[in-house]
Amino acid sequence: MNKSIMIVGVGGQGTLLASRILGNVAIKQGFDVKVSEVHGMSQRGGSVVTYVRYGEKVYAPIIDKGGADIILAFEQLEAYRYLDYLKNDGKLIVNTQQIDPMPVIIGAEQYPENILGKIEKKGVSMISVDATKLALEAGNVKAVNVALIGVLASKMNIDKQVWLDVIKETVPEKFYEVNVSAFELGYNCK
Amino acid sequence: MKKLLLGNEAVARGIYEAGVKVVASYPGTPSTEITENIAKYDEIYSEWAPNEKVAAEVAIGASFGGSRAATCMKHVGFNVAADPLFTASYTGVNGGLVVCIADDPGMHSSQNEQDTRMLAMAAKIPVVEPSDSGECKEYIKLAYDLSEKFDTPIILRLTTRVAHSQSLVEICDREEVEFKAYEKNPMKTVMMPAMAKKRHIYVEQRLKDMSEYAENCSLNTVEMNDTKIGIISSGICYQYAKEAFPNASFLKLGMVYPMPEKLIKDFASKVDKVYVIEELDPVIENHCKILGIDVIGKDTFSLLGEYSTNFIKKAIDGKDVNTFTIDEQVPVRPPVMCPGCPHRGMFYVLKKLGMSVCGDIGCYTLGALAPLQSIDFCVCMGASIGMAHGIEKTGNKEFKNKTVAIIGDSTFMHSGITGIVDIVYNKGVSTVIILDNSITGMTGHQDNPTTGYTIKKEVTSQVDLVKLCQAVGIENVVVADPFDVLNFEKVVKAEVVKEEPSVIISRRPCALLKGVKFPGPLTIDKEKCVNCKQCMKIGCPAISLKDGKVEIDKTQCNGCGLCTKMCKLGAIGGGNNE
Repeated sequence: MNKSIMIVGVGGQGTLLASRILGNVAIKQGFDVKVSEVHGMSQRGGSVVTYVRYGEKVYAPIIDKGGADIILAFEQLEAYRYLDYLKNDGKLIVNTQQIDPMPVIIGAEQYPENILGKIEKKGVSMISVDATKLALEAGNVKAVNVALIGVLASKMNIDKQVWLDVIKETVPEKFYEVNVSAFELGYNCK
Repeated sequence: MKKLLLGNEAVARGIYEAGVKVVASYPGTPSTEITENIAKYDEIYSEWAPNEKVAAEVAIGASFGGSRAATCMKHVGFNVAADPLFTASYTGVNGGLVVCIADDPGMHSSQNEQDTRMLAMAAKIPVVEPSDSGECKEYIKLAYDLSEKFDTPIILRLTTRVAHSQSLVEICDREEVEFKAYEKNPMKTVMMPAMAKKRHIYVEQRLKDMSEYAENCSLNTVEMNDTKIGIISSGICYQYAKEAFPNASFLKLGMVYPMPEKLIKDFASKVDKVYVIEELDPVIENHCKILGIDVIGKDTFSLLGEYSTNFIKKAIDGKDVNTFTIDEQVPVRPPVMCPGCPHRGMFYVLKKLGMSVCGDIGCYTLGALAPLQSIDFCVCMGASIGMAHGIEKTGNKEFKNKTVAIIGDSTFMHSGITGIVDIVYNKGVSTVIILDNSITGMTGHQDNPTTGYTIKKEVTSQVDLVKLCQAVGIENVVVADPFDVLNFEKVVKAEVVKEEPSVIISRRPCALLKGVKFPGPLTIDKEKCVNCKQCMKIGCPAISLKDGKVEIDKTQCNGCGLCTKMCKLGAIGGGNNE
């Protein structure tokens, strides 16, 4: 059975790196893997979504509505926006950070209130985590992505060492230490 | 060894393994990473050319010179390169020549949704289309063999989801290819009427020969399963359709122009119903209909945007997917200019002065969105300057002394210079603002002729924008810092009223460039702040209201300081890289 994982967030939050780590972890399990990302105009602080799919044989590189086993959301509004991509028995992991989009900043629209409460009410299996806090604790606010990968790893049935090996291969050496501690904080947070 | 590669990385790997010696391109999403990855191979000469036309000409020259060559571009780049490529179709090649063109169905990062296959058919250039990274590498190597065998350029057509998806690719070694012998043959390589008439005969015969080749080639494959549904598809749509109907029968076309006849007729005769699944234009569908085959195509699917697995499923069997629903309007999150972006200061001034702005293609096109909302017009690369001149020549008072063209440094090099020459030559008085941020920003930081570095980061001569504009006859050339908003406003006011052409060079490096240092996050002094929201007028994503109070988001602010110039009370400070 194929696994489909979506990573959603705001351009600049490091979702691309997170999807690459996940993709490489899947390869080490010997699976067929497809990872899809968006570049260019869609990246500039806009809503960003990447897809990771793995299994025996993967055809489509993107995940459709109702098709995600897990959504890893870097921001609350983005979790809400893509909620209809989650399978009915899927799992949502959401960073509690809120980033106002420009229509909210200029007062044209409102940031929805109590997003997490509303999601929970729908019966979604959800884990929320303050990953910004974890990243700061690890020593660099930019490590939010790897902290969230840590949370994701703790909910998946893959040997922890595989994740650590891939992080070592993926992130620049000088940021390795801080990323490993961010990963550990995420992995052990719940 | 298998590696997870982006479609574009796989194309680059294929070009490398095929023994290509020269690659010239102009960046354009979603094609850029092909040439960026090519630049990592020292065996290949690579360059960023000023535009796609020059890039194609460099590749054509390299092919004539006996080596395998490539040029890579986005779909709209094909329009720019069409002139040389339409005639290269007549000359054919010496060393193999492949043109990689990435379409953008759904317009993730483009101004239109044109289908490269239509233009390729007009040029009579054969097209191959891979559906994942593995095929990207395999097809490009085959494309070089076809190019040399049939004496033609070949187009490798990608779409965003193939170009920007990663899948597994078997890595092989590079095979060096000897120079092809050059024999002078003006009948083939000098296209004047007498020669071109003969070559046109060859081109038509070549298409017939390749159509014959398409009947049995490895690019076109049949998978017979359940014969109730037969699907003819290519590229990414094949993957979606396969996901939606794994048990259907498939004819997958890897060569989408020219197409086979017998193979398609034979497939259609073996299944109950034939669906043609292709994004954008009905190219395969029309071909089938000309052959007299009853197929279901655009009447059921769509001419617009991207397809997906659910979309195909629903179109064929009417089944919808049950999902979680959201009961309220969720605010959109459009892309924005980054914190510290030099364009923000300029747009603030243009909006304040109520200018009509002819825009161009780049990050700064985002200046059309709220709250800066400065740009009135945007059509294609380089168009800002011609449009401003055209508006000026109408004599319409509504635009007089309050219209500017804005164009980035790389876009100016691409196709802005000719616009400036037009203004000077034809006695125009337009004001052109060149946004010199020291890099090609939108596509992810590529060097260009104004940056002083090559694609391989070697130091090279640098086009001096001031001298260039002066040399073509602009006497009013002013350099101004867009973050010095007071001075910038003064300069714009002074130049737009002149009865002579002017160029303002808005100079400040992209905030994301290495070496651009800011003092770190700023803070708002709550004692001094009266919540007047002046600082929010610049549309910085780091400044927002939290519980009704203006606040600066520490994770986003870099301390560029533009907002401090908006605050008359001096309430914004800090920024010492705490």
